[in-house]
This record gives sequence, C-alpha cells and structure tokens, in this order.
Amino acid sequence: MSELKIDRTIDARGSACPGPLMELIKGVKSAGVGTVIELLSCEKGTTVDAPAWIKKVGQEFIDMEEKEGYWRIVMKKIK
Amino acid sequence: MTKRIVIVGGGTGGTVTANLLARNLYRQLIDGKVVINMITDKPDHVYQPGFLYIAFDKIRPDEIVRKQRELLDPHINLFVDPAVRIDRDNNVVITKSGKEHHYDYLVIATGSKVVPEEIPGFREGAHHFYEMEAAKKLRDALRKFEGGRIVVTVGVPHKCPVAPLEFTFMLHDYLKERDILDKTEIYYTYPINRLHALEPVANWAVPRFEQKGIKYETLFNMEEIDARNKVVRTMEGTELSYDLLVAIPPHKGAPVIQESGMGSDGWVTTDRKLLRNAGYDNVYVVGDTTDLPISKAGSTAHFQSDVVAERLTSEILEGESSSEYDGKVVCFVETGFDEATYVWFNYKTPPKPTPPSRMLHWMKLGYNRLYWLSAKGVL
Ligand SMILES: Cc1cc2nc3c(=O)[nH]c(=O)nc-3n(C[C@H](O)[C@H](O)[C@H](O)COP(=O)(O)OP(=O)(O)OC[C@H]3O[C@@H](n4cnc5c(N)ncnc54)[C@H](O)[C@@H]3O)c2cc1C
Repeated sequence: MSELKIDRTIDARGSACPGPLMELIKGVKSAGVGTVIELLSCEKGTTVDAPAWIKKVGQEFIDMEEKEGYWRIVMKKIK
Repeated sequence: MTKRIVIVGGGTGGTVTANLLARNLYRQLIDGKVVINMITDKPDHVYQPGFLYIAFDKIRPDEIVRKQRELLDPHINLFVDPAVRIDRDNNVVITKSGKEHHYDYLVIATGSKVVPEEIPGFREGAHHFYEMEAAKKLRDALRKFEGGRIVVTVGVPHKCPVAPLEFTFMLHDYLKERDILDKTEIYYTYPINRLHALEPVANWAVPRFEQKGIKYETLFNMEEIDARNKVVRTMEGTELSYDLLVAIPPHKGAPVIQESGMGSDGWVTTDRKLLRNAGYDNVYVVGDTTDLPISKAGSTAHFQSDVVAERLTSEILEGESSSEYDGKVVCFVETGFDEATYVWFNYKTPPKPTPPSRMLHWMKLGYNRLYWLSAKGVL
C-alpha cells in the first residue's frame, strides 16, 4: 500500500464533530473520479464505519492500517 | 512604520476579531501606528442562528439584523465592497470597485455559503432555513401545513451541526402546539450511521426520538430531489417520499477563496493551532472558511477570533506570540420549545451533553439577544 499514490489526505484526527466519516463523505463528494483518498482517524469506530459506507455507496475500499495512535484508511472514487 | 491589518468578511469571526484588535491596539490606532480595514460584502450583519426561530414564528426577521457599521469600533475602517482577489504573494486584496488594499497582516473570515444548486431538484423540491428568505418561505409553508410526512435531511458539509436536530425537536413541539402532530409523521435522516456527528449526542437523542414518535434513517446522503413525485434519492441507492421536505443544503466557502487559488471548494488550508494559512505567516484564518475538521459554528469562529486577535496583538507589540487554538467548540442544543442541552469539546476532550433543562433553554434565548455584545467583543 505504501507505493500507492495518494491524491488527497483527509486528516480527521481530533475531529469530534463533524467527525471522520462526515469528513470522508465531504471529501468523496468533492473529488473527481479516479481520486485516491486517505483518511486519518483516531477513532477506532472509523475502521468499521468508513469501509462499510465506502462499500455501500459503491466506491472502492483499498486498505486500512493501524499507525501510532491512529488509523489510515485508503479508498478510490470510482464513479 | 504603520502596520496595516486587513480583515476580509464582516460576519461573526471578522467582526469579533476586528473589535478585539481595536481594543487591544487602541493606543496604536489613535497614534496612527496601526490601521484596521474591514472589507465586507453587505452593509447588514445577520445573526444566523435566528433563522431557526424565524421558521417557527418565534422571532421576527428584523430582530436579527443590525448595521455592520454600528457593531464595529469607530476606529475600524469599513469598506462594503466585496473582495474579488486575494494576492498573498504581493500582500494585497483587490475589491470589486478596483480598490487595492495592501496589508502587513491579513485575516480571512469569509465564512461559508449554501450551495443548494449542487443537488439536482433542490430549488424546486426542498425548503431550508439557512438563509433569511428561505427561512421565511419555510415559515409560510409550515403555517399552511395540515398534515403528512415531513422529511428532514442533511447535506454535507454544513455549518452548525446541531441545527438539524434542533429543528426536528422544535418541529415536534410546533406541530403539537398546532394540534396536527397526530396527522404528521416526522422523518429525520442523517448522513452517517447514527443520529448526530457527536456520538454522545446521538446516543442521547435515540430514546427521545422514540418517545416522541420521530422516525429516523441513517447513512442517508441526498443525491437528487424529484420535486414532481416528491421523492429524495440518496448516494446509498435508497429513496424516500415526502409531503414537505426540509433539507440542509451542502456548503462551500466563498468563491473569492477558490478564485484566488487558496483552497478547494473555498476551504482555506489552516494550521490547526496557529490558525495561519499554510505557507503565509502573515495570513490568519477564522471561522467557517478554515479547512479544519471541526464544527463550523459561531462559537468556533469566536474562540478562533480570540486567538487570532491575541496573536496579532502580541506580534505587533512584542514581535511574537504563544497563543494557540485548542479546538474549542461550544453549542447550546434546543431539545424542543422549552428545554435545551449544552455541549463543549476540543481537539482532546470529547463532548458530554448535560441533561436538558429549562434554564439552558433560557440561556440560549438569552444568548440570541446577547450576541450583539459578543460581536462587539464585550462578551
Ligand atoms: C440556521 C443556523 C443556525 C445556526 N446556529 C448556530 C448556533 O446555535 N451556534 C453556533 O455557534 N453557530 C450557529 N450557526 C453557525 C454560525 O452562524 C456560523 O458558523 C458563523 O456565522 C460563522 O462565522 P464566520 O465569520 O466564519 O462566517 P459568517 O458569519 O457567515 O461571515 C462571513 C462574512 O463574509 C462575507 N463575505 C463572503 N465573501 C466575501 C467577499 N468576497 N468579500 C467580502 N466579504 C465577504 C459574508 O457576507 C459574511 O458577512 C448557525 C447557522 C445557521 C445558518
């Protein structure tokens, strides 16, 4: 995953409100098709919520990894 | 050498920052060592949280409007002349009339604006309460409403994250007052997988919704509105019919930001503690227009203004500043017509709503009047 080119980083660490999933929805809505987005979140819940939403709206979930004190979720806007 | 401070945007953030600076740098303003110029795009200042009450006939439109000039310290120069280009490399803001405002320090406070046109069918099919005229139109539609399904739905991103929830609770009490609650279904929808962005607020709202008979659906992101058939369709592939639709439009930053190449969709890249625009140490950003992952709210704009005014004052008087923003946000949340709750949080402390009370509701009503003192930098 490290060699994948990230087009946009959404750093939602420390975001109580609107929170990481809302930041991701905002990012996906404004990105062009083909954009690879990484989301950074300190909330463990995001590791379940974000991939579930990405799949539900038919976008591509690529990967997820735990970093020091936060998680990194990578997806691609495909439509 | 005179230090020139230019503030673009005369809403909550810009006005508080300007007035605090005028107070801190009073002596320097009198002596001509500092000049504060505010550039804004209209002569009136509107207290936006009042729109919620206008929709329910609880406040008259004229009660929430004041002249911007009257809110500003007399030593601040006001230019009602929209900024059309911000050139950070040459430290100049160019306005519609062609005037060039050169600065040593710039504060960007251009806020956010609703963009209903981003959702096909919005203009024809939906009501909202995020602008004066829309709030009055919704008030008129509610006055005529005699029953059916009212759907509340929420665009992303949007300012004041608690407003949709407040609207829903107040709608319940409004329908009850009008004796049409039993003929109405209130249907609340939300973009993420719970009732509100703040998890404790979401958990707190669930039993209250159930007790009041308010239906809800989550993971609901409106994509288009079919006004003819009165149906909302979502990114998630679902659809929902309505008799009256109240939809919070998605938001963008001011066009001048995008047009000046300062950030996509009008959100300015901002350092989360120093509130400086990335790469420009003399450019500060406050309020809705930052790209920070925090609530776009008047309280946020106010707390950021405190930091920016402090930083600029110290930089001018002492050469440096240690003041930093900790992510603080405070929100009163109406839970009906006679009770409210309250949350505060910052980058490190999660929110914990207090039990709703009449006292907190009165405090919110009180703040609706005290706002003008807040804008003047007194409160
Ligand atoms: C219905 C509703 C309810 C709300 N309730 C609450 C609440 O309960 N609590 C809370 O904290 N917040 C609430 N808010 C949010 C709050 O009003 C905003 O977050 C706050 O006003 C943001 O301040 P700001 O200075 O960033 O932007 P604004 O106050 O919107 O000011 C931006 C200013 O910049 C000006 N401007 C834009 N472009 C230009 C340009 N090119 N040149 C010059 N000037 C320009 C605009 O005209 C405007 O005057 C609510 C908002 C709404 C709509």
